Amino acid sequence: MADEKPGTPPENAGHDGNRRDFLKKSTLLTAVALTPGPVVHAAEAAWDEKVAAAFEKVPLKLEVNGVKHKLSVEPRTTLLDLLREQLHLTGTKKGCDYGQCGACTVHVDGERVNSCLRLAVMEDGKKVTTIEGLANGDKLHPMQEAFVKHDGFQCGYCTPGQIMSAVACIREGHAGSEGEIKEYMSGNICRCGAYSNIVAAIQDVKNGGQKV
Amino acid sequence: MPKQPKGVVGDPMHRVDGRLKVTGAARYAAEHPVAGVKHGVLVTSTVARGRIKQLDTAAAEKAPGVLAVVTYRNSPKVPGYSDAKASNNPRVEGQEIKIFYDDQIHFYNQPVALAIAETLEQARYAASLVRVAYEQQPHQTDLAANLSKGTEPKKEKDYSRGQAYAYRTAPTHLEQEYGTPIQVHNPLEMHAAIALWEGNKLTVYNKTQAPKLAQQDLMRMFQLPEENVLVHSPFVGGAFGGSSRIWPQETAAILGAKHVGHPVKLMLRREQEFNLVGYRPRSMQKMGLGASADGALVGVTHEAFGNSSQYEQFAERIVHPTKSAYRTPNMNTVYKVVPLDVSTPCWTRGPGESSGSFALESAMDELAYALKMDPVALRLRNYAETDPENDKPWASKHLRECYERGAASFGWSKRNPAPRSTRQGDWLVGQGMSSGIYKSERQEATAKARLMADGTLLIQSATADTGPGTGTIMTQIAADASGVAPEKIRFELGDSALPPAPIQAGSHTATSVGSVVHDVCVALREQLQNLARNQIGSAFSQVPPTDLVALNGELQLAQDSSKRLSYVDILKQQNLPMLEVTRQSKGGPELKEHSGKSFCANFVEVHVHALTGEVRVRRVVSVVDAGRVLNHTTARSQVLGAVVWGIGQALMEQAVIDHRYGNFINHDLAEYHVPVNADMPEIDVQFIDKPDPIISPTGAKGLGEIGLVGFAAAVANAVYHATGTRVRELPITPDKLV
Repeated sequence: MADEKPGTPPENAGHDGNRRDFLKKSTLLTAVALTPGPVVHAAEAAWDEKVAAAFEKVPLKLEVNGVKHKLSVEPRTTLLDLLREQLHLTGTKKGCDYGQCGACTVHVDGERVNSCLRLAVMEDGKKVTTIEGLANGDKLHPMQEAFVKHDGFQCGYCTPGQIMSAVACIREGHAGSEGEIKEYMSGNICRCGAYSNIVAAIQDVKNGGQKV
Repeated sequence: MPKQPKGVVGDPMHRVDGRLKVTGAARYAAEHPVAGVKHGVLVTSTVARGRIKQLDTAAAEKAPGVLAVVTYRNSPKVPGYSDAKASNNPRVEGQEIKIFYDDQIHFYNQPVALAIAETLEQARYAASLVRVAYEQQPHQTDLAANLSKGTEPKKEKDYSRGQAYAYRTAPTHLEQEYGTPIQVHNPLEMHAAIALWEGNKLTVYNKTQAPKLAQQDLMRMFQLPEENVLVHSPFVGGAFGGSSRIWPQETAAILGAKHVGHPVKLMLRREQEFNLVGYRPRSMQKMGLGASADGALVGVTHEAFGNSSQYEQFAERIVHPTKSAYRTPNMNTVYKVVPLDVSTPCWTRGPGESSGSFALESAMDELAYALKMDPVALRLRNYAETDPENDKPWASKHLRECYERGAASFGWSKRNPAPRSTRQGDWLVGQGMSSGIYKSERQEATAKARLMADGTLLIQSATADTGPGTGTIMTQIAADASGVAPEKIRFELGDSALPPAPIQAGSHTATSVGSVVHDVCVALREQLQNLARNQIGSAFSQVPPTDLVALNGELQLAQDSSKRLSYVDILKQQNLPMLEVTRQSKGGPELKEHSGKSFCANFVEVHVHALTGEVRVRRVVSVVDAGRVLNHTTARSQVLGAVVWGIGQALMEQAVIDHRYGNFINHDLAEYHVPVNADMPEIDVQFIDKPDPIISPTGAKGLGEIGLVGFAAAVANAVYHATGTRVRELPITPDKLV
């Protein structure tokens, strides 16, 4: 069973209370007394009723790597930024923010997606797997092993996205041939140019018949 | 020296940081946990030249969560900005761009404000509320329209030997113009920085190829002593030259952090990657080649123009391959840098050499056709047995073998040289080749080795690993030199507090840092041998050092391996908690007496669609002479990467400036094309793998750049062979072939 673990911020601001109640509860304001000028200034400005609206957060339930989170997020927060900045899962990488590079690839309900193109609130109730959730404890996932074995990376920055994509590529049934792998892995850019080794790693896992 | 058993250098060892990289545990610049960090988002200029007329930050400052909006009006001062000497980055001429300094705009996308807020979303929104109006001035961003403003750079002087422009007197000669576009590094990790002030002490988490140079840049700019500046960059998500100096994102984060009294994190957006952190400058080149009927070069002339900014003069080694690649009695090179209203370019993988080699190696192919000679035969006819630039002997050169092995593996002898002679259905098939030459040098570096009481060995040096696998080869070198097993060695890099090392650039990390790691580990082993031999009652007391073998953390008697003493026991017997040795090394006078270069031969097959002009690279054979190969897995990966870059440079990469506005119009990865997996041909990488006797004690030469040098020309030459169309302006896009 997955653990029930509160996310950040810890409390659900909710829609029910009025905005001022929410603001009073917010961590920003409780820290006012201890914070320097610019922060106080910002906080005072935030009392403006119109501006307070921008503070409104939306409750979000998300299971990430088997851990259930009850979160409260701004509607404009992307899944990528939620993972990296709020859940501190920095294994998922930001490479462009436009869905063009694939570095932010994660699995949502088992399907690979560019997490930079998803607003977090769209994923309510879904299961997200990131690179941090792929290994079984200390035992690496076969695809992670294969990437190490075939040197499927150099700088390592695109690697989490490549691996998440590679696992999905096999699960989808798109790893039938070298040509097919190349085509279905072309949404993940590797600027160091480890492409041939990435293909070799995927073929190795596919041919090894291990469950991915 | 004792005869050591075969070590692990050369083995295809897996990367020591592989596990961290495949599990997402490796932390890159924006990922370090720093308590209380705030988020910064840059606002950048929308004109290429002028001044800020109006700057309205009121709405942004009132937005939720905003701590401040930093602009030239309220920014903390950068002390170095007021001093011309302190504002000069010593690696380029001129005055570096001053962030939040005044109202002047020098290029499109210049930072004009930094919005700092509690969350990234709030900072991004606040940045969108900053209103800036400009008083625009006419700008010049087109190299071709400004060639008359070019000047000889201070760091690259014109060169000649024999008679200038002698190619014109040769019975067969040609004169052609070539061009290469602006190419952008576009590492997958966008540049980022976290800046933290603790009193007068500055810590910067960034991505850098040079922790020590980054530290020195910051000391110079902020007028701080060395002990007050720490640069931490343990993982670098791709650099390719683009992380070779302090850029605006670091400066802005530092100023922002000072202003709000909290650490500030800032990551550039992809469109800002195109010109805030350097790029490969555009080049316009003219080659003149003349030869006698037997193919002997009579004269070579190479003229080149490149662009820089108005505030700095960036010069590169664009004509260097031409000076040294082939034997010819007459040679002259001319290089001019043109200042434009753009940001300063910077070193980009195979800097200069890869642009210059495109012209040289294309022209050699054209000359071969003019002479009706085979392109390999023409290169062999003009093979240089010593460096023609200075008559120095090569440190080592096995280019002839590169040609021979490459040609044999590729099947070059079966090629029908006539253009447009081979067709497969709708595809025209062409084969081309080129050769590459790139400097292989060694710089001064320092390393510390610390043997712990438990027998583990820690090696430290302030080098970087931008992807080649520095930590891995250093571990292998250290294992062989120290006798400690690789799994008991940890190599630390990426931090300015470590012993000084040069920048990871110019293909000199294996030679510079690798040499000092070798030296420091040999010194450590010798100290252990001496301790063992001097120990009273030691079994080794009368044994000459040459009879001692160091292996698996033990000393063994060469003649009788049952006589052994572990390093752990040596320390224990001496009551030593650890043994620490530091060495600095830069090599001897032999380095100056020889010309150090790496070489390669590239063979490429392309298929060009007869109707659409689409070019597909189908097959590549790349044979590289980079001295002894330290790790066959990571070395091969580096050359694979060079081939990928070469395909990008040849066929797709081009940052386009709209000269009406002075901005890049294809500033993202959808419009600026880099090769993807589906673009990959069959790539055969081969190494000569013969140790260089001069450059480093490990026998290694430089490897990072050589595979790229000349590669684009091999593609262009193959395209000519396929189609009969010579493309002299990269990239080779379909519009140039139909």
